[in-house]
Amino acid sequence: MSRIQESVIIRTVVRIMVPFIQLFALYVIMHGASGPGGGFQGGVIFGAAIILYAMIFGIAEGKKKMSDALDKILASTGLAIYAATGLACIIFGGMFLQYSAVPLLPDPAVVSKYLIDLVEIGIGITVLAVMISLFFDISPPESEPEGVEE
Amino acid sequence: MKTLALFVVVITGAMLIYAGQDLPAFGDINSPSYQAPMTQYFIENSLEESGVTNIVTALLASYRGYDTLGETAVIFTAGMAVMLLLRRRET
Repeated sequence: MSRIQESVIIRTVVRIMVPFIQLFALYVIMHGASGPGGGFQGGVIFGAAIILYAMIFGIAEGKKKMSDALDKILASTGLAIYAATGLACIIFGGMFLQYSAVPLLPDPAVVSKYLIDLVEIGIGITVLAVMISLFFDISPPESEPEGVEE
Repeated sequence: MKTLALFVVVITGAMLIYAGQDLPAFGDINSPSYQAPMTQYFIENSLEESGVTNIVTALLASYRGYDTLGETAVIFTAGMAVMLLLRRRET
């Protein structure tokens, strides 16, 4: 535990801020179709929220929120959502990732919009999982006995 | 060594600022990217073809969806490679 991690102000502010950062990340992902934003940016913001939490409350505490197994599952799930969207277009008789071929709604442009949103969600899930797993893999091992240093 | 690093940074920064003077002005209608025929096509047709108002997203996820799938796979592969090389196993 460093001095920063013991600070009551920082711990309180981080605990309050993390849900809002996550909400903002979801907004950025879902807003990708109609304004600035998208899966890559939103995924990085969401990953940064968890990384911030793990930096202040410790790696072990962060891994309770986002375990290694969940990381692996999410990273592959996001990519699978993307690829499955493309394959669904083939099944409905279009080309790979030709969104307008899927006959969900009468207007092909609206179907395309929703499928683009789905694809962005898939990108976001992969990026956030990879961000968090990179941080946990690179972070130094936790020194368990607390309060010995300083 | 620090002087050399500072020298390199200053020179690189000066070159970038000098090159930045040649960029077209923001929103300049005569800039090459606006004059390209594909730009006209995307501005006119991207909304009805892809259904999204953001042309950048239409390009990223619809026209170049295959490319973006590859990018996502690259990020996934990078994450998996770091996981395999650096993750400490609980023994």
